[in-house]
Amino acid sequence: MTILEFTAVVAIVSFVAGLLGALTGLGGGVVLVPLLTIFFHVDIRYAIGASLVSVIATSSGAAASYVKEGFSNIRIGMFLEIATTFGALLGAFLATRIPTSALAIIFGAVLLYSAYLSRKPRPPAQRSLPPDPLATRLRMNGSFPDLEGERSYNVQHVPAGFSLMFGAGALSGLLGIGSGAVKVLAMDQAMQIPFKVSTTTSNFMIGVTAAASAGVYLSRGYVDPGLSMPVMLGVLGGSLLGSRILVKAETKSLRLVFSLVILVLGLQMLYNGFWGKI
Amino acid sequence: MGEDLMPDEQAPAPPPRPPQPQLRPWDDHRIEVILGDLLRSGVVLAAAVVLWGACIYLSRHAHEPADYRVFRGEPSDFRTISGVIQSVISGRGRGLIQLGLLLLIATPIARVAFSIVGFALERDRMYVVFTLIVLAILLYSLLGSGIGV
Repeated sequence: MTILEFTAVVAIVSFVAGLLGALTGLGGGVVLVPLLTIFFHVDIRYAIGASLVSVIATSSGAAASYVKEGFSNIRIGMFLEIATTFGALLGAFLATRIPTSALAIIFGAVLLYSAYLSRKPRPPAQRSLPPDPLATRLRMNGSFPDLEGERSYNVQHVPAGFSLMFGAGALSGLLGIGSGAVKVLAMDQAMQIPFKVSTTTSNFMIGVTAAASAGVYLSRGYVDPGLSMPVMLGVLGGSLLGSRILVKAETKSLRLVFSLVILVLGLQMLYNGFWGKI
Repeated sequence: MGEDLMPDEQAPAPPPRPPQPQLRPWDDHRIEVILGDLLRSGVVLAAAVVLWGACIYLSRHAHEPADYRVFRGEPSDFRTISGVIQSVISGRGRGLIQLGLLLLIATPIARVAFSIVGFALERDRMYVVFTLIVLAILLYSLLGSGIGV
């Protein structure tokens, strides 16, 4: 394949990944690394570097439209970013030391978990939880616009959420993904943050987290301009289009298809990792 | 459905946080909107630089074979800020792409830096400290890991 063909095909694939990622809310980065390594035979380290860059682009590109709706909570985001950036730094250093087959296996496991999580029904939103003293001292409790007006919420279990976010950051730094699955676990389930608040806040955090590991990746020579260019432009274009048509699209069946794709890619990554093909 | 009609559960216990003045000149939302716009302009600028670099790169190397099977690591031209700037000056397409990617990485870092100003305007000392910690980690990653050399 010539560079022109390669660039064009990777850009189209990245565009579709970004579009589906935005439409289903599952993120495009998570399918990019397996697609690049399995179908384009790109070394997993180059693939992770390129994916990381595209994660920053989508997170920052979408932030402006998210914040205007008034769901995100910058205090929760900033406090948890201490954990995610620290974890991301650690993950990026680890990535330069562990064998690529181990990276593939961890990636496969994360994909399977994401596929499982995307099929699990969302637990019903809890209302009027008592305020947690630590969360109150950290001024994390807030409110957001709801159908019946402003709805306030009280954040719970800050230490558990903080520790899980450290893990999310480490995975993001290790695999070059936004690791939305772990963030959902930390913010929705441990900290009991309302779904819309946690999704938009975590979108904000993803870019900052990825920036923490991107410096390490760039200086280690994992970010190739020729590969990152079509990936970044493609994912950015796809996700921007996706967030525009999100309101009109019927996403339920799309979500099913996309989670099946994630499942298959996860199995393939595990297979390749265990048989030393990566 | 039914719980929507039962505000009495919440009514006797208003959240015990201190009452906040209704009209603050700098509230979280206003700061966030400004930061959101900042992020978007950063991404647009970065994407434009990458696209410009892509045109130069493709016009010169379009017909060479693409091969990313073997990991070699990038040469220092594409790994350090000074190397990237030098390759931009010498007119290389890939140098420009890498400059665009550096701008992209800098965007969320700028967001964090401006958040410090936002929290300072709100006189929230605790969050100024938290944000400084995040900024320190980010700057360490960008400058301390060898990229600045």
